[in-house]
Amino acid sequence: MTQAFRIENGGLINKDKKLSFKFNGKTYFGYEGDTLASALLANGVHLVGRSFKYHRPRGFFGAGVDEPYAVVQLYRNGETEPNIKATEQELFEGLEAKSVNCWPSVNFDIGAINNFLKIFLPAGFYYKTFMWPKSFWYRIYEPFIRKAAGLGVASTKHDNERYEHKYEYCDLLIAGSGPSGLASAYAAAKNGAKVILAEDKPRFGGSLLTSDVNIGNQSGKDWAEGIIAELKTMPNVVVKNRSQIFGYYDHNMLVMSEKVSDHLPSTKKYHPNKRLWYIRAKEVLISSGSIERPIVFGNNDTPGVMLSSAAKEYLKVYGVLVGRKPLVFTNNDSGYETAIEFKKHGVDPVVLDSRKNAESEIIDEAKNLGINIKNSHVVVAAQGYKKVKSADIASISEDKKQLGKIENIQCDCICVSGFWTPTIHLASQSGNKTKYKEEIDAFVPGQSKQNEITLGAANGVFSLNETLKTSFKAGSELSKKITENDNEIAIPNVVEKKSSQHDKFWCVPLPEGKNYKRFLDFQNDVAVSDVEIALREGYRSIEHVKRYTTLGMATDQGKTSNLNGLQLVSEIENKVVPSVGHTTFRPPYTPVSIGAIVGREVGKHSKPTRKSPMHEWHKKNKAVFVDAGVWLRPRYYKKGNENLFEASKREAKNVRTNVGVCDVTTLGKIDVKGPDAAELLNRVYTNAWLKLPVGKARYGVMLREDGIVMDDGTTTRISENHYHMTTTTAQAANVLSHLEYYLQLVWPELNVNVVSTTEQWAGAAIAGPKSRDLLQKLFPNSDVSNEGLPFMGYTEGDLFGVKARIFRISFSGELAYEVNVESDYGNFMWEKIIEIGEEFNIQPYGTEALSTLRIEMGHVAGSELDGRTIPYDNALEGLVSKKKDFIGKRSLQRSAFTAENRQRIVGVVPLDKQTSIPEGSHLVKDDKAKLPNPKLGHVSASCWSVEHDNPFSLAILKDGKNMIGQKLFAMSPLKNKVIPVEIVSSHYVDPKGERVRS
Amino acid sequence: MLYINCPHCGMRSQNEFSYGGDASVKRPELNKEVSDQEWDNFVYNRKSLRGKHLELWQHISGCRQWIKIERDTATHEIFRTFKADEEVA
Repeated sequence: MTQAFRIENGGLINKDKKLSFKFNGKTYFGYEGDTLASALLANGVHLVGRSFKYHRPRGFFGAGVDEPYAVVQLYRNGETEPNIKATEQELFEGLEAKSVNCWPSVNFDIGAINNFLKIFLPAGFYYKTFMWPKSFWYRIYEPFIRKAAGLGVASTKHDNERYEHKYEYCDLLIAGSGPSGLASAYAAAKNGAKVILAEDKPRFGGSLLTSDVNIGNQSGKDWAEGIIAELKTMPNVVVKNRSQIFGYYDHNMLVMSEKVSDHLPSTKKYHPNKRLWYIRAKEVLISSGSIERPIVFGNNDTPGVMLSSAAKEYLKVYGVLVGRKPLVFTNNDSGYETAIEFKKHGVDPVVLDSRKNAESEIIDEAKNLGINIKNSHVVVAAQGYKKVKSADIASISEDKKQLGKIENIQCDCICVSGFWTPTIHLASQSGNKTKYKEEIDAFVPGQSKQNEITLGAANGVFSLNETLKTSFKAGSELSKKITENDNEIAIPNVVEKKSSQHDKFWCVPLPEGKNYKRFLDFQNDVAVSDVEIALREGYRSIEHVKRYTTLGMATDQGKTSNLNGLQLVSEIENKVVPSVGHTTFRPPYTPVSIGAIVGREVGKHSKPTRKSPMHEWHKKNKAVFVDAGVWLRPRYYKKGNENLFEASKREAKNVRTNVGVCDVTTLGKIDVKGPDAAELLNRVYTNAWLKLPVGKARYGVMLREDGIVMDDGTTTRISENHYHMTTTTAQAANVLSHLEYYLQLVWPELNVNVVSTTEQWAGAAIAGPKSRDLLQKLFPNSDVSNEGLPFMGYTEGDLFGVKARIFRISFSGELAYEVNVESDYGNFMWEKIIEIGEEFNIQPYGTEALSTLRIEMGHVAGSELDGRTIPYDNALEGLVSKKKDFIGKRSLQRSAFTAENRQRIVGVVPLDKQTSIPEGSHLVKDDKAKLPNPKLGHVSASCWSVEHDNPFSLAILKDGKNMIGQKLFAMSPLKNKVIPVEIVSSHYVDPKGERVRS
Repeated sequence: MLYINCPHCGMRSQNEFSYGGDASVKRPELNKEVSDQEWDNFVYNRKSLRGKHLELWQHISGCRQWIKIERDTATHEIFRTFKADEEVA
């Protein structure tokens, strides 16, 4: 394939390196340094996609981030990514891309019938058309809309690319490397400031790459290259290309997406695909330039109609002619610059200038080159379906209301320039109240809110001379404030051509009898007629018009459409643009990959994984793990072909008959130290703590100030002023914060320190009738008899040379102990317990058996302490002191908490003694009652009682105290179950608690 | 993301902190008779202010100190930060 539209000389691409790529299955060639767009245009390919609503053929409109049409599905190294702008995607060897939003192909798209049905698809058609019958929504309308709408297709495969996040600080962050960005960066860097200069394109220089200017006796491009080269050598400067600052957040935090690998055939080893930078800048310089805006005319979406600046960029940067018979349609001098470039490359353009007469150096140059210029002329409509073939043009009256005789002229592209729109997105995101600048018909930043300043074209300044002056000055002054250096920089001499005033003209009227679509928003297919309908239907606020018509709501966020939309609304409403106001700019400025935003926090990295020191042993012994908060805990240990139910039953039964051991390292542990430690505990827990002797443990319940149970656990007095508090696994962090809150803010007079020791201790619960025998063998030198170490006793022992803490506490309701050793000895302890326990038939048990044991004992846990229950509800009112005050006590007097029929924990047994009751089931009186069936309570936890060999559940039941013996129904609509049940005591096993004391 | 001057550690990003509510709330003293209204005001009733607000934060991934921050709830401007025991003038 020849690149028929590539010029011989010119362009910044590397013609020594030819690259092959595929578009819609066909192979083409381009050069290193091309974008997908420039390479396709070099091959004469203008048709790249179909429009969103009408499936009209679409081509290339821009040459960068503002591109509304050329959105493709990209295939790279076995992965696919949707919604890639062909104008931004750099070419690499083997690149593959496909058109989106067309079926079966971009050349023949069945959806294009919408173009003929457009009368049925006006603004707001979603709201009008698909309303009835209601039942059609799920089956017919929604699938249809989903199929017809949308752009690319997201991959359903796992993304193998890596994305990184980086945090950075700097004195000056500069967004955009055009003339103002370079000048300010250079001045600031010379003053020693830490500077980050970000450019979204691969090449630095912005408009200098395409404009015909001279700075300090060099071309603009060469000057830019020199500055960048010098900046790169400076240690206090970071220059980043392919990096888009897309969001400006609070306190001068900006976020930048760096495309590290998108321009390569595959990501290099150890490199990320993209890197997201969170940058905290002392000062921000916004030099984001401006985007050319179109003039609206008939069929202005035909492939071949593009921004004049884009045509110039394709020519100057990529050496590509977007056509050989160009028509330039302009209301200002920029169009002439494009025409001059065409002419210089032997192509004869025709310029239509909406102005009656305009004079400037640029226009003179065009005239001298012999370019055909028609003043007071406009394009009425483009002709041609898949490519511009000709244009209907006409003269226009001075008031821009009357068209002259329409004439058709041949052309193969229409380069349109409706003047420039400053890119104020970042400034606006920072909170800057923008203001309307009459001279340029556009908004510019107003009063800064954060430490930001906008320079150059982004600030509506289009003179290079002025831009450089203000930018050198700003860079120098802002950096001086920070570094206190003041290195003078000679401002180079600038030669640029003066331009004349643009024409305040943005939309060509329709000729009589013609109904051309005149598009405002090219990506969302919003035409002038759609906005007119919205206004006719009474929408006034620009925000409402936007949402009703979807103007500016596509992935290009209206970069080329917003101002023309505003012009239209203000014209119809007879208002001035500033009083219509613009819609809010929100980050991101341009689409950012979800992968980049998520970074490395995917899969198992989405949260930290905490493992106990015995984790490897569990793994070796066939533990099946479960997430317990951020911890991994053994749920059960699989023997043979056992399932969860069988294994947990076996493990629990072995605890009741022999002895079991459970890893309880995950329990939260807090060291409470200081002379006022007892006083703190006494205020935090509901029960009394002042008289707990050294060497004793006590169970405690702590409340929030609103009276709701926050957590429970045992706390042991290790020595006079030292307590060891345990919390539930889930609440460990919250309890620590809670204690710190009271110590630091409420009772700073208490002399107590708290610190988390969860990770410092490994814990093993040894439970079962044979646990004492085992313990005696583990600690032959300690007296662990019932008298020596009674229930709730504490002692320290020597575990084969390792110092251990031994607590006689029980969650299982059996005779039980908890042994703690320093974490590094955890595995040693565990293996000793297993080894010595063998003669007592010890078995490890997981969380499932642990639950079974505690449920049938009626011990409460997280499923009962669910943030909605008070001590009474959990049958813990015996632990609530009447004598002393404590956190949350006053709330327990609330009438709802003292009500006679207050909810309370009960046991639930199915009448058939067979059917397990799903957790979360509602308890109701009448299973046939009309919905909503009044709920009396809910099942909080279920198990298979190993003691009784039938299902058993705990429930929180209204008036639970008086419900024992009642017959109710447990209903679980989710599981489609209705189970007749009997309410029993929550203490299903050993109600007197004799075993723990045995 | 807010940039918070922890009085103990210096400038740190918001993601190191956790929010703790209105700092002007005073817990009634222990063992003191408190009316229902007074208790409800302490536990539940908060003003949702627009503008300057004194609030509690904990430097949870840093020094773990509870601090007070004077912040504008509408603009996020932070005026001053205080240690827990510092008097707010």
